[in-house]
Amino acid sequence: MGILQDKRILVAGVTMDTSIGFSVARVAQEQGASVVIANFGRALSITRRIAKRLPDSAPVIELDVTDPDHLQTLGERVGEHLDGLDGVVHSIAYGNPETLLGGKFLTGPWEDVALALQVSAYSLKSLSVAALPMMTPGSSVVGLTFDGSVAWPAYDWMGVAKGALESCARYLARDLGEHGVRVNLVSSGPLRTLAAKAIPGFGDLESMWSDRSPLGWDNADNLPTARSVVALLSDFFPATTGEIVHVDGGYHAMGA
Amino acid sequence: MATTEDIRSTLAEIVNDVAGIPAEDVQLDKSFTDDLDVDSLSMVEVVVEAEEKFDVKIPDDEVKNLKTVGDAVAFIERAQA
Repeated sequence: MGILQDKRILVAGVTMDTSIGFSVARVAQEQGASVVIANFGRALSITRRIAKRLPDSAPVIELDVTDPDHLQTLGERVGEHLDGLDGVVHSIAYGNPETLLGGKFLTGPWEDVALALQVSAYSLKSLSVAALPMMTPGSSVVGLTFDGSVAWPAYDWMGVAKGALESCARYLARDLGEHGVRVNLVSSGPLRTLAAKAIPGFGDLESMWSDRSPLGWDNADNLPTARSVVALLSDFFPATTGEIVHVDGGYHAMGA
Repeated sequence: MATTEDIRSTLAEIVNDVAGIPAEDVQLDKSFTDDLDVDSLSMVEVVVEAEEKFDVKIPDDEVKNLKTVGDAVAFIERAQA
């Protein structure tokens, strides 16, 4: 029996089989969960094809976290497949790579920054509130961050968005505590996802990471991150909320 | 064993299905981006569908080398061999 036996999980933000969300969905199914996956816009048709590569083909729903109608109808659309939710995974971020990333910090325009903050940080709140009526005490929200407490090469405004996401998770933990809902983030080392490849100059960070991490780091292996997300979704972290769990080979604890 | 033309015509159907480009335009010398206007997101979808149809794995790092329809057909031929 798995640690998510009979749990009902929504994973938002699955595009390719290299997406972190895909690995989370796979591990969750292996651990006994029923999973619905979500994506938006043109990437949705890719998600529908990719969903068939999961151990059990997962239903796919459309969810644009910036669309109030999508959020408002989330319950009924998830409800076609699951009779409630025990967990929500937020694996969503966007920043225009042309204007906000790869050395564009000083010139990134506000309109693009605003969208990055809305999609990458504010959406944790929007998604959690939209899913709240389906959740019962003991449920868990888990998001993905890349250490937003320091400045990184190339990451630029996405780093600011991750800082906002981390703060958002703490306030959300505060306000959802009375509903018995936990909110935590996994701070992963760099992974070679579709999103990471769009960041100009992110490759330099990746090579440095494996050298400095006590446990080493494989940027092509999503499994450590996915398993940690699943652990936080499970009943094995019952008194943990507002936390950021580092799944980075130990990089964050080293000074050099 | 599928011939080059078999692979090209199946790939042309995929490109038509994903990006709405007439299958007869998808010829070996055509560039996906410059001639056929297949953008990066559509290219990802073409790759995913091609992997299923041809039962091959096309690694992400390889996709940037597949500039023309001929490049993709040659890659699939090698991967199937």
